[in-house]
Amino acid sequence: MISVSSLTRYYGAHAAVKDVSFSIADKEVVGFLGLNGSGKSTTLKVLAGLIMPTAGEVCIDGVDVLDAPDSFRERIGFLPESPPLYKEMKVGEFLSWVGRIKGLSKSDLKTRLPEVLELCQLTPRKNWVIGNLSHGFQKRVGIAQAIIHRPKLVLLDEPNSGLDPAQIVEMRKVLAALKAECTVLISSHILSEVSQTCDRILVLHDGRIVAEGTESELAQQLGQGDSAETAFELVVRGEAKAASRLMEGLEQVTSCTVEDLENDRVRLCVLAQTDIREQAAEAIVQAGMGLQSLQRTQRTELENIFLQLTSGGAA
Amino acid sequence: MNRTLLVAKRDLAAYFNSLWGYVVLTFILVINGLLFNTQALGESARSSTLVLEKFFEFSFGTTVVAAVLLTMRLIAEERQNGTQALLDASPISDTQLILGKYLSALGFLSILTLATLYMPALIFVHGKVSIGHISAGYAGLLLVGAATLAIGTFGSALGRNQLEAAAVSGFLVLFFVLTWKLGRLAAPPLSDVFSNMSLFDKHFQPFQRGRIEVAAVVYYLSMCFVFLSLAIRRMSLRRWQ
Repeated sequence: MISVSSLTRYYGAHAAVKDVSFSIADKEVVGFLGLNGSGKSTTLKVLAGLIMPTAGEVCIDGVDVLDAPDSFRERIGFLPESPPLYKEMKVGEFLSWVGRIKGLSKSDLKTRLPEVLELCQLTPRKNWVIGNLSHGFQKRVGIAQAIIHRPKLVLLDEPNSGLDPAQIVEMRKVLAALKAECTVLISSHILSEVSQTCDRILVLHDGRIVAEGTESELAQQLGQGDSAETAFELVVRGEAKAASRLMEGLEQVTSCTVEDLENDRVRLCVLAQTDIREQAAEAIVQAGMGLQSLQRTQRTELENIFLQLTSGGAA
Repeated sequence: MNRTLLVAKRDLAAYFNSLWGYVVLTFILVINGLLFNTQALGESARSSTLVLEKFFEFSFGTTVVAAVLLTMRLIAEERQNGTQALLDASPISDTQLILGKYLSALGFLSILTLATLYMPALIFVHGKVSIGHISAGYAGLLLVGAATLAIGTFGSALGRNQLEAAAVSGFLVLFFVLTWKLGRLAAPPLSDVFSNMSLFDKHFQPFQRGRIEVAAVVYYLSMCFVFLSLAIRRMSLRRWQ
């Protein structure tokens, strides 16, 4: 059982996370949703034991991160967005080293290493140098290092970022297999992935939890289906913040979320009360940005919920 | 195996698996070889004891440079490559981490220092120097190396990247090397303070001349203790910042 109670974390005078409380049951897979700057990463870092909370309690099976930090970390597995790997090492050698650092004995490791390699579909790559693996396989090595010591809670930050569609399907299988082993908290921007993989969703906005529950529970809370809003997706070459401000400045726009893409491009998901395609195209072009695509999109239920919760409409 | 040794073993292997380890090794050995020919042997005839003393004098400089080059990557590289998160999320204490990293650098520096043994061996074969003199000189070099590595480890814990780490360590090491000059310029009691702080001169010269002095050994070990403690403190603070 993981319990977070009144968690607050300040960076200087700025509170990145304010009075956040939630709990996660054993073997539950929970999705952590939030915009950039919502406090998601800070919460994950506290849960991983990387930084200490300014106030509040974070416990795993009654072990508090402040009282027994090393014992707390033994119960945690963490995969940051960019997998922390020593790329000059071989897969098997690296996982053995991580296992020993995280407290496994040599005999434990003999049985555990093949299990983890199998679970993460890495057995054929055991003797490969990590730096020679594809991004997808490096992510799997990242997951393997997070679970090698049989942690109670595994924290995965954007596990699907940078993966191609085939790798995402493979990663979904790995995540499904993880559920049998431990409790999993997945932070992701890819709403469809959270919707498919997680039992429950926590939505963080401005450093606070603004909603939690299953997708249907959240939809019920927000009275989904009555919304007259339309969603638009734009791919723009330009700076994320400037593009977002531009969209938010348009009349009828109720919210705008931004996702960074490769080659200085950003994807904007805009929610508006009318068709804003003409105004949006004009504003982007006038601002000197490159408009690569603009289309009305069919939003999923989770996208509707997420946009409503993070546009200030929810409390 | 203890976590400190696990870290030390991995990091020592990383020196040999990376180009950097070989670059430092080659650079220091080439410089040492050149200095041995031009400075120690020289053009005029001199006694073998003097040649050996000269060898230890410039080896002091190359050891200090090697220590800064080897430690700049220790912590700063983990930060740069994002592997710090792996260590931070592991049940390894800051003391174990710093000591493990330090021991790996000490291991590599010891190998590097011992690789220069062929030069004193040449003096031993062709001249009249004692094994005691050579042993004392190497003990001094290893102690200077250990103290400089501790300063470098602290610099690496402070720096956000390897360049910053090298700059901080370089500045600190330069300060502690040059304090003997300040000691000669300043008036008492400040002159005593400065000369007692120096990595060189008062503390290294006995080793250079073939003598092991307890006070100098205690000084170098104290430097190791102080700077490793500061590095551990710095690592602990990052979780609260």
